[in-house]
Amino acid sequence: MAAAGARVGVVTFPGSLDDRDALDAVTFMGGTGVPLWHASHDLQGVDAVVLPGGFSYGDYLRCGAIAGKAALMQEIRAFAERGGPVLGICNGFQILCESGMLPGALIRNRSLRFICKDVWLRVESSQTAVTAGMEPGETIEVPIKHGEGQFVATAEQLAEIESEGRVVFRYATADGLVDDDANPNGSVGNIAGVRNDRGNVVGLMPHPEHAVDPDVGPTGGQGMFASLLAAALEGVAR
Amino acid sequence: MTEAPAPLHRQLGLKDDEHERIVATLGREPMPAELAMYGAMWSEHCSYKSSKIHLKTLPTEGPAVLVGPGQDAGAVDVGDGIAVVFKMESHSHPSAVEPYQGAATGVGGIVRDIISMGARPVALLDPLMFGPLTDPRNRWLFTGVVTGIGGYGNCIGVPTVGGEIHFADVHTANPTVDVMCVGIARADKLATSTSLVARAGSYMVLYGASTGRDGIGGVSMLASATLDDSSEESRPAVQIGDPFAGKLLIEASLELIERGLLEGLQDLGGAGITCAVSESAARAGMGATLDLDAVPLRQAGMEAFEILTSESQERMLAIVNPAQLTAVQEVCAKWGLDAVVIAELVTGGMLTVTHAGTVVAEVPARSLTDEAPEYDRPREAPAVHPSEVGDDPTFMAFNGDLDQAFWSVLRSPNIASKRWVHQQYDSIVQGQTVAGAGSDAAVVRVPGTMKGLALSTDGKGRYGSLDPYLGAAHAVAEAARNVAVTGATPLAITNCLNFGNPERPEVMWQFAEAIRGMGDACLALGSPVTGGNVSFYNEAAGSAIWPTPVIGMLGLLADYRLRVPTGFPRAGLAVYQLGETFAELGGGEFAEVVLGVVAGKPPALDLARESALIALLVAAAGEDVLASAHDCSDGGVAIALAEAAIEGGHGFAVTLTGADLPAHVAMFSESASRAVVSVNPEQEARLLELAGAHGVPPTRLGETGGPRAVIDEMLDVTVDKLRESYEGALPALLGEPA
Repeated sequence: MAAAGARVGVVTFPGSLDDRDALDAVTFMGGTGVPLWHASHDLQGVDAVVLPGGFSYGDYLRCGAIAGKAALMQEIRAFAERGGPVLGICNGFQILCESGMLPGALIRNRSLRFICKDVWLRVESSQTAVTAGMEPGETIEVPIKHGEGQFVATAEQLAEIESEGRVVFRYATADGLVDDDANPNGSVGNIAGVRNDRGNVVGLMPHPEHAVDPDVGPTGGQGMFASLLAAALEGVAR
Repeated sequence: MTEAPAPLHRQLGLKDDEHERIVATLGREPMPAELAMYGAMWSEHCSYKSSKIHLKTLPTEGPAVLVGPGQDAGAVDVGDGIAVVFKMESHSHPSAVEPYQGAATGVGGIVRDIISMGARPVALLDPLMFGPLTDPRNRWLFTGVVTGIGGYGNCIGVPTVGGEIHFADVHTANPTVDVMCVGIARADKLATSTSLVARAGSYMVLYGASTGRDGIGGVSMLASATLDDSSEESRPAVQIGDPFAGKLLIEASLELIERGLLEGLQDLGGAGITCAVSESAARAGMGATLDLDAVPLRQAGMEAFEILTSESQERMLAIVNPAQLTAVQEVCAKWGLDAVVIAELVTGGMLTVTHAGTVVAEVPARSLTDEAPEYDRPREAPAVHPSEVGDDPTFMAFNGDLDQAFWSVLRSPNIASKRWVHQQYDSIVQGQTVAGAGSDAAVVRVPGTMKGLALSTDGKGRYGSLDPYLGAAHAVAEAARNVAVTGATPLAITNCLNFGNPERPEVMWQFAEAIRGMGDACLALGSPVTGGNVSFYNEAAGSAIWPTPVIGMLGLLADYRLRVPTGFPRAGLAVYQLGETFAELGGGEFAEVVLGVVAGKPPALDLARESALIALLVAAAGEDVLASAHDCSDGGVAIALAEAAIEGGHGFAVTLTGADLPAHVAMFSESASRAVVSVNPEQEARLLELAGAHGVPPTRLGETGGPRAVIDEMLDVTVDKLRESYEGALPALLGEPA
């Protein structure tokens, strides 16, 4: 496959759970997965980085708060500043928010209960490293599994996020209707994922790595990994 | 005047004759720390002293069995050099006292059993039983347990893929909280007492969490005595879980095994350090010197007996050659875990324990483990067999509204969807879950192969209350059927045996009957017992739970892509019932919910018929003949059809008049050895051929299709309405959104 040259690093923090799954998804989509260790300063020359789901450090302080201070995060921040593609999934999204690389924060679900189920997302922006191959308005099916996935932001942040088109995914119906019934966790504006201003850093609560292999789930994550691998390859060309 | 306190041995749960036995073993009065060690190790929970004599009669051998009962978990060979390790345990007493932590630490404990065999945990299942949810305390217990299971399981990266939930009055005082874990290892890397050899002079390294005052007396005071009004005061005997440490422990342990750094590995569970050190030493045929001052403590001033019996969670004990100690400590440090030498193996069989420079215990290691007491407790059948106490519902007249009866059964918490529960568990982490809780058996892929593991847990407490022999046999049969409807071949079982007080002859009779039933069924269905757990003393104020052995069945699909789904996948399929319906309402859901009785004879079980049905299901799935298959049991064929429609999203039109039974019997009879299947019309001939070859009578009930579910004149409703009712029932009882 064309993307075979793309090397995608997946960071393991103590308490990461979906790190192997993300590596598997990269492989499934034709890329090369590279395990990265939180305590190292070595990004091993990868072309893209995935911060996987899980409960880093048990989420005992605040979700993602301690992992945001990990040694490797300094390198990932520099990598992102150079334009390298970074995808944060679930706990990885929380880590990106905690480390200030993405706006907003994630708090407990509106129901106060952990939720694991397939949901539909509406793609809001194709101006990112993980949605470049998708059309705005397109809907994709991807599972969520989190207890603290309610996206919140200050009024100023929210105005900025919305006006600059930095919402990447919203919870929606299969037909693309964004309403409260389709909002699984109470996120403001049904926001499921956001990007930084350059679009190379994206975080989302749903789990695209669990939505590539049709034998074990929906396939709405394929487009995200295909775009991420393509963005990684551009980096190689660069 | 206050009464003189009971002698120390009684406070520690030891009977007078057990105390005498200790004196005889040691040739002197035991020291306090020694008494605490015996109290914990000779507790029912650790020693199986009342059950062992019966458990020995179970079939435990089979071509696929790699490790049978007696180790941390059983192991089965699934081919290609892969071993599947699995075990079930209960954490009912702690959960009754503190539901969140009780359930959470139950998950942590069973996961450590699996990793101590050198296997990566790949699936969890949670069979649960509670009192009716109309009672607010039961709702508190239920939601607490569910949240605790999720709180731990979701945090360690092991998917929770199934486990059934039942409700009955007998569980109001005694909820039953069992948990099964399944792991995968390379067969040549299994950590067993035969694969790893320990030597004198080797270290015992305690790694993981520090030791605190939580869970002291857990096995002797909580797990091995009945709950009473003062049980709330037992909260300090409940352990506190730290799932983050549990996750680190998994990764560190598997890395230690993978790198070949260990001579032995054991988890710390019931009876804490005492159990792990004495069992490890006894298994190696040696003794040990144990230095309690080396144990990292959570608080200063802990006494020897507290350190010895603390059940603080997330600890493991590795046996390490001194030359490998540094490497072991490096692996543990990488995962942020303490690893310290607390003991050394020595020749001879003595376990010597020192604390603050003083010997506080000096006992033969084997006297704590293999030489624990064993009882053949008196058994007595009740004067009247329980199935003959009340009127048999099979023969009661029923003139009620069938439509209403159907909705009552469908919405009964025993039958209704448990989605509200399972949605709170991460069922997909590790990326191998082909089928989760909506399926009769969960199906999990074996990475790197086409194989699928089919997993089901089943308990038939209500049948057991009427006939403990049949209840146990049915549990095995249903578990095997649940695995077989997915197309998988049943391989072996583990179990958790939930019973009342074994000191009561009637309970012991129930236990012996259940073991006999389980043994007969396992033998007939070719599924040996690889291990399990006994949970006695599930009673309060003289009222015991129903005799409820829960069976955890492991089945194997050679190719997971041939898995047969539960629900009707499309319109235009022919619907068949495989197996026959007889007039059997005794102990059934209809009898309890509609007629208001738990009475009568449970359905008969012909193990030859069951075996034939299972072989047919596996053969038909292997040829890709079946479009869907669903076990027909609780609530009868009417419920099985409704569930297949809800799950698949397609309606059906069928007739049940062929059985020549009264309509309510035809709909709700729970006759064993049946399944509801759907097939493409061009496959009907092949299905009939296969059924004939296996001697299973097939009945063509009708077809799938359309938005409605129609059974003769008895039911005509949309599938959407069915689903709304089925999925809304449990949340409505809890006052939660569906």
